[in-house]
Amino acid sequence: MTAVPALAVEDLSVEFRTRSGTVKVLDHVGFSVDKGETVALVGESGSGKSVTAFAVMGILDPAGRVTSGRALFGGADLLALSEHDLAEQRGRELSMIFQNPRTALNPIRKVGQQIADVLVRHGGATRPDAPRAAVEMLKRVRIPDPERRVEAYPFELSGGMCQRIMIAIALACRPALLIADEPTTGLDVTTQAVIMDLIGELAHESGMATIFITHDLALAAEYCDRIVVMHAGHIVEAAPARELFAHPRHPYSAKLLAATPGETVSLAELASIPGGLPDLRRPDLPACRYSDRCERRLDDCARPLPHRVIGERHTVSCWNPL
Amino acid sequence: MNLLRHARYVLSENPVTGLAFGLFAMFLIAAIFGPLIAPYSPLQSNAAMALKAPSAAHWFGTDQLGRDIFSRVLVATRLDLSIAFASVILAFMLGALSGVAAGYFGGWTDRVVGRLADTIMAFPLFVLAMGIVAALGNEVINIVIATAIINFPLYARVARAEANVRREAGFVEAARLSGNGEARVLLGHVLPNIMPIMMVQMSLTMGYAILNAAGLSFIGLGVRPPAPEWGIMVAEGANFIQSGEWWIALFPGAALMLAVFCFNLLGDGLRDIIDPRQRT
Amino acid sequence: MLKLLLSRLATAVPSIVGVVVVTFMLTRLLPGDPAAYFAGLAASPQAIAEIRTKLGLDKSLPEQFVAYLVDLAQGNLGNSLSTGQPVVTEIATRLPASAELTLLALILAVGIAIPLGVLAAVKQGTWIDHLCRIATTAGVSLPVFFTGLLFAYVFYYLLQWAPAPSGRLDVFLSPPTPITGFYLIDSALTGNMEVFWGALRQLALPAISMAIFSLAPLARMTRGSMLSVLGSDFIRTARASGLAPGTVVFTYAFRNAVLPVITVLGMVFSFLLGANVLVETVFAWPGIGLYAVNALITSDYAPVQGFVLTMAVLYIALNLAIDLLYGLVDPRVRLDS
Repeated sequence: MTAVPALAVEDLSVEFRTRSGTVKVLDHVGFSVDKGETVALVGESGSGKSVTAFAVMGILDPAGRVTSGRALFGGADLLALSEHDLAEQRGRELSMIFQNPRTALNPIRKVGQQIADVLVRHGGATRPDAPRAAVEMLKRVRIPDPERRVEAYPFELSGGMCQRIMIAIALACRPALLIADEPTTGLDVTTQAVIMDLIGELAHESGMATIFITHDLALAAEYCDRIVVMHAGHIVEAAPARELFAHPRHPYSAKLLAATPGETVSLAELASIPGGLPDLRRPDLPACRYSDRCERRLDDCARPLPHRVIGERHTVSCWNPL
Repeated sequence: MNLLRHARYVLSENPVTGLAFGLFAMFLIAAIFGPLIAPYSPLQSNAAMALKAPSAAHWFGTDQLGRDIFSRVLVATRLDLSIAFASVILAFMLGALSGVAAGYFGGWTDRVVGRLADTIMAFPLFVLAMGIVAALGNEVINIVIATAIINFPLYARVARAEANVRREAGFVEAARLSGNGEARVLLGHVLPNIMPIMMVQMSLTMGYAILNAAGLSFIGLGVRPPAPEWGIMVAEGANFIQSGEWWIALFPGAALMLAVFCFNLLGDGLRDIIDPRQRT
Repeated sequence: MLKLLLSRLATAVPSIVGVVVVTFMLTRLLPGDPAAYFAGLAASPQAIAEIRTKLGLDKSLPEQFVAYLVDLAQGNLGNSLSTGQPVVTEIATRLPASAELTLLALILAVGIAIPLGVLAAVKQGTWIDHLCRIATTAGVSLPVFFTGLLFAYVFYYLLQWAPAPSGRLDVFLSPPTPITGFYLIDSALTGNMEVFWGALRQLALPAISMAIFSLAPLARMTRGSMLSVLGSDFIRTARASGLAPGTVVFTYAFRNAVLPVITVLGMVFSFLLGANVLVETVFAWPGIGLYAVNALITSDYAPVQGFVLTMAVLYIALNLAIDLLYGLVDPRVRLDS
């Protein structure tokens, strides 16, 4: 175990205050990403994947509040940094790309200028040099005819093109960590593969750590070294991608896997997971938030959630794993 | 039941709406019972008492003819609110019917209504109202008509948009299939369904209607002296501002302001209750 | 941009046609005998008949309409009964006074409303947000003629900070050499600071009264659209890229948020042009609004008609300018047209 973590999230809890009560969106979440490694955060929508990323980036909605935890990155705790210091890190050392690239770009600013804004902000280029640097970035994300495209507005480009622009913005300052939040949602299948390959290559080139957020387990298995499975604000299992695919230990991971179309599973075997996520506003949330949906539930499950290390880099939070 | 609970929630969230309802009740009482409550006759002049500052006997003072301003402000409530209310109702009837027809039938009906609304909107609205009252004649009823005409496009547009959305809705289709004629579908099924939104629109424009009518009478259109009306009373008081008799203009002006304020708050509150999506 | 200009000009044409038809109809709607109206109250039957022929009211409606169009094309709006002067000349000489007042009020309103709206959105839920909400609701509720009177009472009668509410300039000062017709600009250009301050002092109260009235829709829209833009995806991207807060709020959020605000400017102009009439009446401002009100009182109809037409054409032109401004800010409109 010589790997150095690029980011280590420990004991992270986040609450959202809403009109109908406090929602415990994240509950003592912990995981780490090594340098050059690609880790997937997988789960249904509402499981807290994006919130985890937003909390680390410090861009939570004003209604959200971090109630515990640390996010160690380059020797500093991101969660303890002032907004000013964090803004210095964002875009330079850690970057993020989002789903729906078309709405994630400023609609009335030329894409070249949007790339230049980030470069100039973080000292990657001076104002006069920025346009040329922006063209360089477009070349890196393999946009054809970059000299013309820097002058384009997002509405003049396709969704796939916009996502490349997003990647160019995120990678402009060669960050140490990239968080990609469902970067291929809303793109067609061929474009999906191209975008994923592009992210993978660029990450490999620069030794960048990548967190890949998705609900698509097959995609995660194809592109990631390790997979972290989330359910209702808990991390239920974390394992190397291949191991998780071969031997999922948490009942939820197994169900998720069974719900994923792949080479080994035929459509007939595709199971949907019974029940929905529990209401996180409930004051009497069970210790295991999956227990209400779980077929392997025991009396033990009411006890505080365990954190079992069951293999090399393989942990599971379950009293009755498979 | 659900609406009631929501209404209570909105009121507790925004106590100002409660205040608006209170003010509304006050204006309603003044409008209905004004002449009965008024301590003096609103028209009786008394040269000996001219231009007296507010006192225990004359709470709001007296004007240049010695008339009691409190009584005049109180009695004027009915006229001011009636003008505004009548114009809003008229605008609603014109706008809702033509707008619903335009949205439901489309085609040339839509084009005619749209062109009419656009033409009205091409004018600064108060200026158009001035022109209409000047042309139709200096009568109260013409203030009502002018105010209704300038408000018409708002209603027509809202009604058109809502009817257009509902044209293909299930319940309209069902009504059509069960053998109802187009007119019946329109009046019996489409119109009632857009009523809540039209109600919000009405309360939102009520304040503007009061302001508009008072503005017209302030420049000498419509209401004629000695009738007590807020706009004309402010106009009369304007002549005395430079000599320091502030109360003649202040009290009717304040009543006017309060009434408009009340209806604007009420409109906002009603919108939150009926149509929370539009909340800003 | 040229294409946008042409397409917008094309949409203005039906509006102009509509406005011309409506102003024509307004004169024909006159209750009773229009000729009697035009002749004035004390006219003899013979004089009325003369007027009828002179105005062409004995001809058929289509003929009258054509005559009206021909007059308009020649810039003829008829003569004022009380002064005997052509309405066009009188309106033209009075227009700068109204325009100066209205534009100053607009600048004030925009200058207060937009920062207020932006601050209210950025600091949502704080005192400045509440202040914005109170100001916007109270602002639209204030009858502009009433605010004007209150200001005159407080600042002229009580405090004596402001000059008497009567006209554009103190009687002891002579107007600057007309260049633009705007006293502020003309006096500044000729370096006549005494007249500049005098004119500004006269302008202050009426302009503030109008600004308060028209501020509300602007502030409200700025706050609302700023809030929705601040919550949008691309602002999240900008923040995730570590852009400085100033860049996020102004270069990214505000430039997008200003688009709906520009659309509201049309309504604001409608408010301002109407309020202009009332404020001119209160402050004896020698503009076209006061001109129309005086004509209304004496049943002098040609000036009223000319006034309504002028205001409508101005309003259409302003809306055209707003459309073009929108195109300048929003590339989607500019490039798609």
